[in-house]
Amino acid sequence: MLDARILQQLTDIVGSENIAATPQDLICYGYDATQMEFLPDCVVHPDGSEEVARILKLANSEGFPVFPRGAGSGFTGGALPKGGGVVLVTTRMNRILRIDTDNLVAEVEPGVVTETFQMAVEKLGLFYPPDPASLKFSTLGGNVAECAGGPRAVKYGVTKDFVMGLEVVLPTGEVIRTGGETVKGVVGYDLTKLICGSEGTLGVITKIIFKLLPYPDAKKTMLTVFDSIDGAARAVSTIIKNKIIPTTLEFMDHATLVCVERRFNLGLPDSGRAVLLIEVDGDRDLIEKQAGEIHKLIEPLGLVQFRVAKDAAESEELWRVRRLVSPSLRDVNPDKFNEDIVVPRSKVPDVIRRIEVIQKRYDIPIVNFGHAGDGNIHVNIMIDKQVPGQLEKAHEAIKEVFQAALDLGGTMSGEHGVGLAKQPYIPMELTADQVAAMKAIKRALDPNNILNPGKMLPV
Amino acid sequence: MTKKQIDPLERVAAEMKKCVKCGACRAHCPAFSTFQREPATARGKVALAQHLCKGDITLDDGTYSAMSKCLLCGSCVEKCPNQVPTDEIVIAAREALAQRRGLTTFHKAVGQVIKNRKVMNFGALAAAILGPLFFRKVPATSGLRLRFPMPFIGGSRHIPQIAKKPFMKRHPEVIQGEPGKPRIVFFVGCMTNFVYTEIGEATLALFRHLGCTVIIPKGQQCCGLPGMSGGDLNTVRELAEMNLAAIEAHQADYVMTACATCGGALHKLYPLVVGKRNPELKQRLQALADKTVDAAVLLQKLGLTPEETGTGSGMRITYHDPCHHRTAGITKEPRALLKRTPGLELVEMEGADRCCGLGGTFNVYHYENSLDINASKSAAIIATGADAVVTGCPGCIMQLSDGLKQAGDKTRVLHTVELLARKIRR
Ligand SMILES: Cc1cc2nc3c(=O)[nH]c(=O)nc-3n(C[C@H](O)[C@H](O)[C@H](O)COP(=O)(O)OP(=O)(O)OC[C@H]3O[C@@H](n4cnc5c(N)ncnc54)[C@H](O)[C@@H]3O)c2cc1C
Ligand code: SF4
Ligand code: SF4
Repeated sequence: MLDARILQQLTDIVGSENIAATPQDLICYGYDATQMEFLPDCVVHPDGSEEVARILKLANSEGFPVFPRGAGSGFTGGALPKGGGVVLVTTRMNRILRIDTDNLVAEVEPGVVTETFQMAVEKLGLFYPPDPASLKFSTLGGNVAECAGGPRAVKYGVTKDFVMGLEVVLPTGEVIRTGGETVKGVVGYDLTKLICGSEGTLGVITKIIFKLLPYPDAKKTMLTVFDSIDGAARAVSTIIKNKIIPTTLEFMDHATLVCVERRFNLGLPDSGRAVLLIEVDGDRDLIEKQAGEIHKLIEPLGLVQFRVAKDAAESEELWRVRRLVSPSLRDVNPDKFNEDIVVPRSKVPDVIRRIEVIQKRYDIPIVNFGHAGDGNIHVNIMIDKQVPGQLEKAHEAIKEVFQAALDLGGTMSGEHGVGLAKQPYIPMELTADQVAAMKAIKRALDPNNILNPGKMLPV
Repeated sequence: MTKKQIDPLERVAAEMKKCVKCGACRAHCPAFSTFQREPATARGKVALAQHLCKGDITLDDGTYSAMSKCLLCGSCVEKCPNQVPTDEIVIAAREALAQRRGLTTFHKAVGQVIKNRKVMNFGALAAAILGPLFFRKVPATSGLRLRFPMPFIGGSRHIPQIAKKPFMKRHPEVIQGEPGKPRIVFFVGCMTNFVYTEIGEATLALFRHLGCTVIIPKGQQCCGLPGMSGGDLNTVRELAEMNLAAIEAHQADYVMTACATCGGALHKLYPLVVGKRNPELKQRLQALADKTVDAAVLLQKLGLTPEETGTGSGMRITYHDPCHHRTAGITKEPRALLKRTPGLELVEMEGADRCCGLGGTFNVYHYENSLDINASKSAAIIATGADAVVTGCPGCIMQLSDGLKQAGDKTRVLHTVELLARKIRR
C-alpha cells in the first residue's frame, strides 16, 4: 500500500488530474486481454520522459513497484500490477512528433495507437508494415515492448525490424537514447534490440524512432482452399522456394473452417481441409505475374478452390474469412486459451498432427490458425471453465503443445510474450544459464526490482 | 443491498461474462475518445458493472459518474468481437445505481416532466412566449433532448427555438386518407412536437401524399428515453404503458416515427425493460415494436417517388447516421431516397456512422466532452463542402446545428423528410 505522502509526491509530479486511486480507476487498470485481474494502488498518467524519470526515482527511493501500460491489450498479463503498486499509463504520451519523408524515419511517443500512426504515414505515401490484429487499439509502445508481429511479418518482419532507436527511462530513472536514425550503427551493445520485446521490465519507452518504407504500389489477395493440411503447408514452402515472398500467408485449419462456416456460411467447399490466405504486394505488373505463378505452383497440391480479389472491396471480402475466425470460436466453448507457438515453416503439418493427438487425448477442442508464412500458429484451446476438470486439462494440454513446438525446433511464443501467463513454462524452453544471463541484465538495470517485477523471468 | 435492488444487473449478468477485456472497444467508443481513461471505455464500464454485481465496490459517485460516460450509441456492441451489449449493461447499471442512491434531483425532475404532457405543453408555451431571450438564460440544452427547458448550463450553446404552437395541437387526431391505403399511427416525439414542428409537417405531408390515413393519438407521451439516461426505468415503464394504450386505441398497419430516438425506444427499449414478471405486457410491447417503423423506411416501402415529390433545387448534401438508426440497421433506405431525389448530390463524409456526441443526458453532464466528440463530426461535415447535412433524428439535428455554429460554419442541418417533402409542400 502506498501511503499518503507518496501519493502526494506522485501528484506533485503528474498533477492531480493525472493520478487516480478511486476504486473505479483501480478496477479499470487492473485487467488486460488475459482476463486476469490484479488491483494497483494507484494509476498515473505521466506526460513525457521527465515525469517518468521522477516517478521511477521515487519508486527506487520509496521501494514501490511500477507497471508500464499501453492499451492493456496484451495476451500475457505483462501490464498487470500483480502484488499492487503504481500503474504507469502512456495514454497522454500520444504525439506523432515528426515524419521525415527525406530519410524515411518517424519519431513517435509510445501512447500513439498503431493504426493512427499507420494512417498518418500512409497519407504521405509511406508504409509502416507491422500490423498486429490489435492495431486499432494497441499502442506503439506496447508493440515495441512485446515486439508485436502480424500477418505481414513473412515479408517485412516484426516490430523490432522497424525500430531504429528509442528514448528509454531506465528503472533507476536515467533517461537514455539507444540506436539512432542511421541505417548502420555498431557502437556499443545493441540496447535497442534488448529493449524491444523486454515486456516493460528493463525500461519505460518514452520515444520511438521508426524506419519507414515506401507504400507498395498495389496488392493482390488470394483465398485458396486445399483438401489437406499438408497441401496447404507444401504450398507455403513451394511458393517461397520459388522465390516469391508474399506479404501474407495466413492459414486456417479444418476445425477453424468448420467454426467460421457454421456461424457465417461463407460457402467454402465441403472438401476443404485447410485455407491459405495469400497476399502479394509491390509493383502492379509484378504482382499480376506473381499471382499467376502462385496459382500454377499450388494447383497440383490438392487445391480445391482459388479466388483472386479484383479490387480492394473483394480483397476485404476475402480477408473477412480470416477476420471472422475470432468471433466464431466462442461457439465452440466459452473460454479459450490462445497460445502462439512457432515452428519452422516446413514443420507446420507435423505440429498440427501432434496437436490433433493432444486434442484427442484430452478430449477438448483445439482450433488452429495463424501465420503459416512464418510458422507462427495460434493454438486455441477451447474450454468451458464451468465444467469441472476442464481447466486442469487445458493446462496439461498447453504444456504438451509447447513441448511439441520445442521438439520440432520451435518456440512457445512468437508474438504474445511471456508476461505472467507463460512464466511457469519458461524452464521448458530456456536453460538455467540463459535465465541466469537474463536475470543478470535485469539486476544490473533494475537493482531494486521496481520495474514490472515478477514478469517474464521465473522468480 | 437487497436482492431486489440488484435485479437490473442480474438481468445482464450472463452478457457481462461475454466480455474478454480485449480492448477492441477502445477504438470505437466516443466516450473513451474524449475522456481517454479506461473507466470511460465499454470494457471499463463492463468491468465496473461486474464488480457492482459482485457487490464488492462501493456504489458511490465514482461508479455513477463512470456510467454517465456513455452515450448509449451502441458502437461498441457493433464492433465488439463478442457482441457484448454494453449499452444494455450500462442501462442496467444506471437503474441499479438509481435504485440504490435514489434519482438525482435533476433526473427526478426529468421524470416528472416527461410523464406529464400538460406540464410539457405549459413549459413549451412559456418558452415560446419568452422566446430566445428566455432560452439564453434557461437553456433547454439537453432539455430539448429531454424535451423541456432545464435550469442549467449557460455559455455559448446554440439552442433552437420552441414552436409557438406544438405540432399535435395543430392537427386533429385522425387525418383520413384514401380507402384501401395503409393506416399509420404517427408517434410524434417531443422534439418534433415542441421544437422542430417542420419535421412533423413534412412527415404528415408525405404520407398524405401517398394517400395514407395518419393517426396522431392524443394520448401519446414522451417516449421515455430521457428517463432511461438517468436510470429512471420506472418512468420508462410507465410511459411505455401509456404510449401502448394510446396507440392500441387505434387500428393501424404501422406505427411510424420520424425520430430515431423514439424509434429506438419503441423498437428496442420497451420490450427490453419490461421484466419477465409481466409476460402479457411484454408480448403487447413486442407487437408494438414489430409494428414500429422509421419514416424513411416506410416511405421507401410504400413506394414514394422522390422524383416527383423531392426538391427540385440543386444541392450538395451529406448524410449523418443517427446511432439509433445505425444500431437498428437503418442506413440504406434514407440514402436510397435521397439519392433518387433529382437535384441532390449525396457526398459521404468521413465517419458518417460515428455518434454526434449528444447521447441523452451525456451532453448535460459532459457538455465539453460532448462538444469535443461533435467537433470531429463538424469537421467531417465541413470537409465534404456540402450545403446541408441531412439526418433522421431531431436530437442529432440539434447537436449538429450546435456544433456547426460553434465551428462558425453555415452548413444547414435538415431532416430527411424535410428534403423529400419540399416540392409537395410548396
Ligand atoms: C484482439 C487482439 C489481437 C491481438 N493480435 C496480436 C497480433 O496479431 N500480434 C501480436 O503480436 N500481438 C497481438 N495481440 C497482443 C497485444 O495487442 C500486443 O501485445 C500489443 O503490442 C500490446 O500493446 P498494448 O499497448 O496493449 O500494451 P499493454 O498490454 O498495455 O502492455 C504490454 C506490455 O508492454 C509493456 N509496455 C507497454 N507500454 C510500454 C512502454 N511505453 N514502455 C515499456 N513497456 C511498455 C507493458 O508493461 C506490458 O508488459 C493481440 C491482442 C488482442 C486483444
Ligand atoms: S466489450 Fe467487447 S470489445 Fe470491449 S473488451 Fe469486452 S469483448 Fe472486447
Ligand atoms: S455505447 Fe457508445 S459510449 Fe457507451 S460504451 Fe459503447 S461505444 Fe462507448
